[in-house]
Amino acid sequence: MSYLEYTVKSVPTGFRKILYLNWPLTILLASVAGVGFLMLYSVAGGSYTPWAGPQMERFGVGLVLMVLVGLVPIWFWRSVSSVAYGVSVILLIAVELFGSIGMGAQRWIDLGFMRLQPSELMKVTLVMFLAAYYDWLPPAKKSRPFWVLIPVVIILIPTALVLGQPDLGTAILLLAAGGGLMFLAGVHWAYFAAVLAAGIGLIAAVFQSRGTPWQLIKDYQYRRIDTFLDPSSDPLGAGYHITQSKIALGSGGWTGRGFMQGTQSRLNFLPEKHTDFIFTTLAEEFGFVGGFSLLVLYTLIIFFCVVSAVNNRDRFSSLLILGLALNFFLFFSVNMSMVMGLAPVVGVPLPLVSYGGSAMLVLMLAFGFVQSAHIHRPR
Amino acid sequence: MKRTRADAEAGNRTLSRRTAVLGGLQLAFVGGLAARMSYLQVDQADQFRLLAEDNRIKDSLIPPARGEVFDRNGVQLAKNVPSYRIIVKREDIGDVDAALERLGRVVRLDPDDLERAMNEMKRSAPFHPITVAENVSWEDISRVSVNAPALPGVTPEVGLSRIYPLGSDFAHVLGYVGPVSDYDLEQMETPDQLLLIPRFQIGKVGIEAKQEDRLRGKAGVKREEVNATGRVMRELDRREGRPGADIQLTIDANLQNYVQARLGQESASAVVMDCETGDLVAIASAPSFDPNLFVRGISVANYKELTENIYRPLASKSVQGAYPPGSTFKMMTALAALEEGMAQPDETVYCPGHLEVAGRRFHCWKRGGHGYVDLQNSLKQSCDVYYYDLALKVGIEKISAMAQRFGLGVRHDVPMSAISQGLTPTKDWKRRVHGQEWVIGDTVNASIGQGYMLASPLQLAVMTARIATGRNVTPRLVKSVDGIEEPSGAGESMGLNENNLRKMRRAMYDVVNDRRGTGYGSRIITEGMRMAGKSGTSQVRNITAAERARGVINNSDLPWERRDHALFVSFAPIENPKYAVSVIVEHGGGGSSAAAPIARDITLQALYGGPPPLDAYPSKDRGRIKAQQEELQAVRPMADLGGSDQA
Repeated sequence: MSYLEYTVKSVPTGFRKILYLNWPLTILLASVAGVGFLMLYSVAGGSYTPWAGPQMERFGVGLVLMVLVGLVPIWFWRSVSSVAYGVSVILLIAVELFGSIGMGAQRWIDLGFMRLQPSELMKVTLVMFLAAYYDWLPPAKKSRPFWVLIPVVIILIPTALVLGQPDLGTAILLLAAGGGLMFLAGVHWAYFAAVLAAGIGLIAAVFQSRGTPWQLIKDYQYRRIDTFLDPSSDPLGAGYHITQSKIALGSGGWTGRGFMQGTQSRLNFLPEKHTDFIFTTLAEEFGFVGGFSLLVLYTLIIFFCVVSAVNNRDRFSSLLILGLALNFFLFFSVNMSMVMGLAPVVGVPLPLVSYGGSAMLVLMLAFGFVQSAHIHRPR
Repeated sequence: MKRTRADAEAGNRTLSRRTAVLGGLQLAFVGGLAARMSYLQVDQADQFRLLAEDNRIKDSLIPPARGEVFDRNGVQLAKNVPSYRIIVKREDIGDVDAALERLGRVVRLDPDDLERAMNEMKRSAPFHPITVAENVSWEDISRVSVNAPALPGVTPEVGLSRIYPLGSDFAHVLGYVGPVSDYDLEQMETPDQLLLIPRFQIGKVGIEAKQEDRLRGKAGVKREEVNATGRVMRELDRREGRPGADIQLTIDANLQNYVQARLGQESASAVVMDCETGDLVAIASAPSFDPNLFVRGISVANYKELTENIYRPLASKSVQGAYPPGSTFKMMTALAALEEGMAQPDETVYCPGHLEVAGRRFHCWKRGGHGYVDLQNSLKQSCDVYYYDLALKVGIEKISAMAQRFGLGVRHDVPMSAISQGLTPTKDWKRRVHGQEWVIGDTVNASIGQGYMLASPLQLAVMTARIATGRNVTPRLVKSVDGIEEPSGAGESMGLNENNLRKMRRAMYDVVNDRRGTGYGSRIITEGMRMAGKSGTSQVRNITAAERARGVINNSDLPWERRDHALFVSFAPIENPKYAVSVIVEHGGGGSSAAAPIARDITLQALYGGPPPLDAYPSKDRGRIKAQQEELQAVRPMADLGGSDQA
């Protein structure tokens, strides 16, 4: 469909568009971010510095960014999706070449005012580009091998680059998001069954290769898997995070110790308490009720995205929304699994809650696209 | 691209169906998360709350006891002694200055330590323990304990510290330990958790560093209940670590002590190797230093004194030093020629005192020349021209190859620091490194162990042991680890012509035992203990034609650092070689006068397993030797180490 086929007439114009934003979604996002502010305030021992204050500013900037992106017609975003994908890939390569060394891996480019993490951006632009691809591809061709191979390559290029950084966590998220989008687009079941089988084979190979010269992943990654499977094997090393995080969670009980009353997370038992492990603070201070409420908020965000997508007759729009929602889902579910000891510690932040500028802005950019698709849907 | 309505509808139906599937999966996962949350927070809440409630759990590492080091007879060379120290945590002490002031009233604090602690405190997290005083006396520790209520956040701790009872005798072999530095941590890809303990000691040089993995052991973990102020209430769980392995060296502490004392304050080095097993029985470098100074953290003044001493006490000359081997190298040139069939032992060469090669005149050390000499006479009198002649026939490649078979130019695998590879030059090497073509004069220089040729005392001892046995003896420094014997260095036969080797040994025997031999003054007269050897005097300066014309300046008239190096290699007894010895005295003058007597004394000490009887020495030397023995007996700090019986 070219943009002329949209029933442009019925789409709101000018600043009236703001009234047509997906308001329930916007309110949900603000609520989750609000939970984040409270937690960062509490973790700092009842202080806006060093985390809660800057986080609020960033969310403000993020909201403006989301609205601005949302006001731009969705067909514009579709037409630039291939460029966005290309730029992201180039940035990923650039980070290999010039990136700072952080935590043993090259992951960001220092722009001066912020650190840009191209792999974050990649998660969004990959989904965008794939959505545009399946919008363009006649549905009859979507399961033919050649037309399946193209998106696979589109997914694998950034995945390989991210893996080379090395950032296994993000690589897996990219694969999952890309694969999910192909699944949504209606690629035949058989392909997914085959990939799943191959994936299981690969995991077996990874374990088999341990200690041999052709070892497939790095030693520290094996150790993370080990400590994940048996945290008590290294209670002061890598297993420390998981053990301490479970203690903090468990000690929260039904209703928690009360705001600012948490001991475990604030008394430095937990490292990264303001980033990857922020959920433990919530769970400790507000208990099961608090943790479950956040989970419900996240689920509602997904739900409103799905509703918006299903009611959108534009194929690009619905694929984009669903893909970004899937991304968001992967984000919070992986983080929560990790904190609750269901997944190895891979370094994925809790979206909108964890302290961090780059992740927050990229997330709000993604929701900007969701808003744009929502406002400019064919009516 | 135009799309039909039916097409679009079909696409939308698929999308809805797939969305439902994926949405269902996501919902199921969220359900799983919720279930897990309720399991942790509701079902197991009591258990976790117990863990986290007023009693907080603190896990900490129990540092393992570092392995100890013994000599071949069980004499302790490195051991652990309890040491007390005072630890503070910034988050618990409140106002830092006031707290330290209070602490200072209870015990005396060293201002240097205090300043270091303050710096460390500024850099690290508030809950990080910082050591403010080390090696504190038991009285001080008691005083801190008694005053504990007035000193929150201050805890006395007992740990183990390293001590080297024999001090300077083993400084270069053992090296020393010191606190982990940031630099050390950077060198490691994934540092052991243990290394993050503040002031944890690791090996810095020598055996301590090279055998760090074996000596360190594995940390244990203890889990303690601590109350709100961080005081330990009780221990909940304890998993013992594994102490480090004990290492037994091949060194004989008694002999090492003797050798070190015999070298005295000369800038010198000596290696004693067991020809049969490759065991390094003594490996000494003088002057030495007290490694215990480094364990505690050496003072600037002491360190400066060590680094500015021109005799370089910190250098481990026995393995690290690379010297022109001088005439001790002649056996290599001769063997290369004999094995290649380019020379016969009884063929003679005429020595007029010099040899013209490519328009340059190469001198023999004896101005008037030696006349006609064969192999035996040339080695005995150390005629240079004979070897110039051999070298021109065989060429540098064959000579260097032979030297390498004897362990020169090879980095021996001994767990000490900065092992030198020495140098056996080749044409290719010179082109690569100097960018110049090899000239024939280089070959001539190399033939008598001068020019580019370089060797360490360890390499010379290995060479001598190989000549003595004809086997590929390799040096061994670690005898056993936790009682498990390490492989011997006896080695297989080198596959050389036994006749040639016998000729070589015979000639070396004459060097020491023939009236005209250069080492005759240092012979052993006891039957069955007679020694064979070779002296070497290597120049460290060029002698100009003008100087030669005026007469070469006497060594004693030159400043110390321009005098010749004195070398001597030997093995004994000649009939059944037991010990190979190499001695080098830096800038000591002539090998036969400065190094040979030391080699003889060491050999006798080793063979007798203690002070030798005077009748092992030629009668006219006995008076002097007796005085020397008495003097050494007085100097040697640990003349009797016990358990040192050789038999």
